[in-house]
Amino acid sequence: VIKKEMIAMLLAGGQGSRLGVLTKKVAKPAVAFGGKYRIIDFPLSNCINSGVDTVGVLTQYQPLRLNTHIGIGIPWDLDKNVGGVTILPPYEKSTSSEWYTGTANAIYQNIEYMESYNPEYVLILSGDHIYKMDYEVMLDFHKANNADVTIAAMPVPIEEASRFGILIADENKQITEFEEKPANPRSNLASMGIYIFSWKVLKEALLELSEQQNCDFGKHIIPYCFEQNKRLFAYEYNGYWKDVGTLGSYWEANMELIDIIPVFNLYEEFWRIYTKSDKLPPQYIADNAKIEKCIIGEGSEIYGEVYNSVIGSGVIIGAGTVIRDSIVMKDVVIGENCKIDKALIAENTKIGTGVELGIGEYAESKLDPKVYAFDLVTIGENSEVPDNVKVGKNTAISGVTLPEDYNNGVLESGDYIIKAGDF
Amino acid sequence: VKAIGIVLAGGSGKRMQELSNKRAVAAMPVAGSYRCIDFALSNMSNSHIQKVAVLTQYNSKSLNEHLSSSKWWDFGRKQGGLFVFTPTMTVDNNFWYRGTADAIYQNIDFLKKSHEPYVVISGGDCVCKIDYNKVLQYHIDKRADITVVTAKLPEGDDPCRYGTVKFDEEGRITDFEEKPIMTDSDIVSTGIYVIRRRQLIELIEKSAQDGRYDFVSDVLIRYKNLKRIYAYQLDSYWKNIATVESYYNTNMDFLKKDVRDYFYREYPEVYSKVDDLPPAKYNPGAEVKNSLISSGSIINSKVENSVLFKKTYVGSNCVIKNSIILNDVYIGDNVYIENCIVESRATIRANTTYIGAPDEIKIVVEKNDRYMM
Repeated sequence: VIKKEMIAMLLAGGQGSRLGVLTKKVAKPAVAFGGKYRIIDFPLSNCINSGVDTVGVLTQYQPLRLNTHIGIGIPWDLDKNVGGVTILPPYEKSTSSEWYTGTANAIYQNIEYMESYNPEYVLILSGDHIYKMDYEVMLDFHKANNADVTIAAMPVPIEEASRFGILIADENKQITEFEEKPANPRSNLASMGIYIFSWKVLKEALLELSEQQNCDFGKHIIPYCFEQNKRLFAYEYNGYWKDVGTLGSYWEANMELIDIIPVFNLYEEFWRIYTKSDKLPPQYIADNAKIEKCIIGEGSEIYGEVYNSVIGSGVIIGAGTVIRDSIVMKDVVIGENCKIDKALIAENTKIGTGVELGIGEYAESKLDPKVYAFDLVTIGENSEVPDNVKVGKNTAISGVTLPEDYNNGVLESGDYIIKAGDF
Repeated sequence: VKAIGIVLAGGSGKRMQELSNKRAVAAMPVAGSYRCIDFALSNMSNSHIQKVAVLTQYNSKSLNEHLSSSKWWDFGRKQGGLFVFTPTMTVDNNFWYRGTADAIYQNIDFLKKSHEPYVVISGGDCVCKIDYNKVLQYHIDKRADITVVTAKLPEGDDPCRYGTVKFDEEGRITDFEEKPIMTDSDIVSTGIYVIRRRQLIELIEKSAQDGRYDFVSDVLIRYKNLKRIYAYQLDSYWKNIATVESYYNTNMDFLKKDVRDYFYREYPEVYSKVDDLPPAKYNPGAEVKNSLISSGSIINSKVENSVLFKKTYVGSNCVIKNSIILNDVYIGDNVYIENCIVESRATIRANTTYIGAPDEIKIVVEKNDRYMM
């Protein structure tokens, strides 16, 4: 009989709409991060480093990149004879068929998968956070407290606490109250969206709430367990943890990697982060290139100047080009004599010569002020930007753009070009 | 699949000086992120050869570590695969490999149990891209018994460390000299051969009976008038790295755009074992010019015309010039290195200077204690 003490369920089906054009064609967990990684590499590496070798990855929104990235789990040693990684998309059933309508609903639809491993505990993770965490320590905490549910939580500055789900716990860390985005928070312990459930408790709750519309962990399952007088505990985590849910926080988290000794250090031998690397060659830095405060991925060729930036693998940066404070993802080609400030340039994009990105003053976005609220130029994957155009701040570009798309060769701050056709 | 592969990686590499003290030449790091044998293995994989034996004996540890799985080169797992054969003592054999032919003879079962009609034999110490399907086609067209892949001697290299060949206008080899004292030929054998499997078994068994153990002198040269031995001329980039000088020059070749484009960007790719290292990091003070930097490296100062392999740490106020820094080297602050090859896992103390000359590259082996956070 197969028996796994703890299995993980990794929620990776969300669009991450606040990343704008970056997630137009990929799910958020598959967005590139830190030069060579994708966001989902962090929870997956945490799993294998914590000894959790059975992981179900729930996919729904634009899963192609995620599927090819994860494959059978080889980069994370998750290609196991028993367990390993399994991609779990929504599926057709004999009586009804539905998409995953909420986080808990997605887990509910995969009860059979979990049951097949006969687990004691189920770890619920989401695919959109950057952190290193030993889930085994959290499990020890769960067991020591004889808990039914353990919620990982981290202290946040009290003035920011109203943006989070806040846990109020007693001196034994048992949770006594919840507050969802409270106006006047009474605690600064924010839920990180990481849960350990005792399987029996989770299964009972999922079955009980199976009719619940858009069944969600934070909104339904946790409150239900609380009402049933289950033992809920807060596991305090004090390491680096970053939600990369907005363009601003995504940019910031990347930039933190280039500090001299970053808080979140990828260079430690202990607790390595694994990823599928399809590029091997070293990077070439040319005679007239200048590079300072950067991280640069494999196989890139730099002929220009790059400061304070995160450059992915296979990127070509032409001579005379100056890049500052930007994130350039895999296989982007940037022509000569460009000037690029504070830009997010997604995979496979081509930037012509003499292009200026990030000029002028900040202006409110005409596309979506909730998403585009930073002075960043955001360019989606497989886009093209023609020669000699100028692009203002807080702008979005997606698709193959032509010179005539730019009014007098300029895209004003706050403006956008989203090409239809490429679905 | 028409052929199986054999990589002869047993050489002791005396001409590599200290660099081969602990590793086989085939395991030498090359071009920033590769090991030399990756080129031989990738060529086989890209030519759709699924089953490859690597014959090794001297210092095979680092080679064995590198050949941890057949999947890095996309060889078969169930059909075919990557086999590493080191000498084993058996009831009827208690010798090391006494030569290349003997190495094959001691593993003759590998040949006998295969069913592919041809065998491609290659060394593990060359940097090149070659499509074996083309060599095989040439071999068949010429109705050859053995085809030897030849190349024009790289400029500045010494022909006397190779086998030199002469052939007629048909391509049939008329003269083959192994490591001649003097020669007027600039066509050398690359150590790559194509031969029919049954023919190879026959020749190897006969040599073994006669107590002859070397593939070149006891098979190729001995049979050159008896068998139809043809030369296939390789006219693309080819270098053998088995001396310090050619090893240095081959690595430096990758600073040229055409060489980089040919190996790094043009199809087909060269494969290697994946190391899971973070991207390279450039801190304030970094000043890198015309250099190759590999993943996992952290740079704090000046690097010029150099090749840095994986996981190199360069401290503040250093100058690294015209040098090759192999894997996992820690260089303290205020260090000056010029015209050197720094051996893997070296720890260079702060405030030290190492200078070689362009025509006499210095090999630096520093096994100091390393204190890291």
